Amino acid sequence: MEQLTTIGLNHYLTISAFLLGFGLFAVVTRKNAIVILMGVELILNAANLNFLAFSKYNGGMEGVMFSLFIIVIAAAEAAIALAIIINIFKLFKSVDVSSIDSLKE
Amino acid sequence: MSNQTYTVIFYLFAALTVFSAAFVVLTRNVLYSAFSLLFTFFGIAALYVFLSADFIAVTQVVVYVGGILVLLLFGVMFTNSIMNPGQKSEVFNIIPGLVIFAGVIGTLLYTFFNTQGWRTPAEPLQGSIVERIGFETMSRYVLPFEMVSILLLASLIGAAFLARFDKTGK
Repeated sequence: MEQLTTIGLNHYLTISAFLLGFGLFAVVTRKNAIVILMGVELILNAANLNFLAFSKYNGGMEGVMFSLFIIVIAAAEAAIALAIIINIFKLFKSVDVSSIDSLKE
Repeated sequence: MSNQTYTVIFYLFAALTVFSAAFVVLTRNVLYSAFSLLFTFFGIAALYVFLSADFIAVTQVVVYVGGILVLLLFGVMFTNSIMNPGQKSEVFNIIPGLVIFAGVIGTLLYTFFNTQGWRTPAEPLQGSIVERIGFETMSRYVLPFEMVSILLLASLIGAAFLARFDKTGK
């Protein structure tokens, strides 16, 4: 009980594990490319939460700086991925990733 | 703020984050997923405040909610017809997905709660860290900072180039 009421490192790690699990689940099970992108964002957020939690309980600034860079790179990734998805939609009239099989024989 | 209030508020935001993330994944409507992602990002920003990373929390709200989520909503609106509101996204690989979900969560939680070797907080971060972030950015992390700014510029130009409307035809 005492472990439940005193917020520590494990609480943050648990939330982050759930976010990672849901993100992976979305990436594996969805056909819509935009929902897959949302899953990737969830995974990046989980990593960020882990970095900040370890940074807080270690007392250093490394995790904070890492999470700042992760946010920047996530923004770049989302912009590029959406540009690619819009191009795919122009070509195939769909964002269903299992219908994009031009390379298949 | 008493310790009990702190705990209750923490659990409130943790539940908001986890349940809205679950809703993102479980709902079949793409638009509902996008709006549920909004609550996830806000919950995570609140958790960042608990981790005394106030600057990162504000950045999270500005970049994720103001930027990435709007981009995602644009993507949803572009690629689904608005006239067809009951737009469902199909689901496949349910069994492998569930196996991966349960495996990842089980393994991680087992590891977390059986590890005794986490370094104990010698001196955890306290108070505001904005000033320290400024010092670190301009001293130790100045090269990554410049590199990431060039990367962001290049990728945004590339995204605008890729997604532009081609008027001249092929």
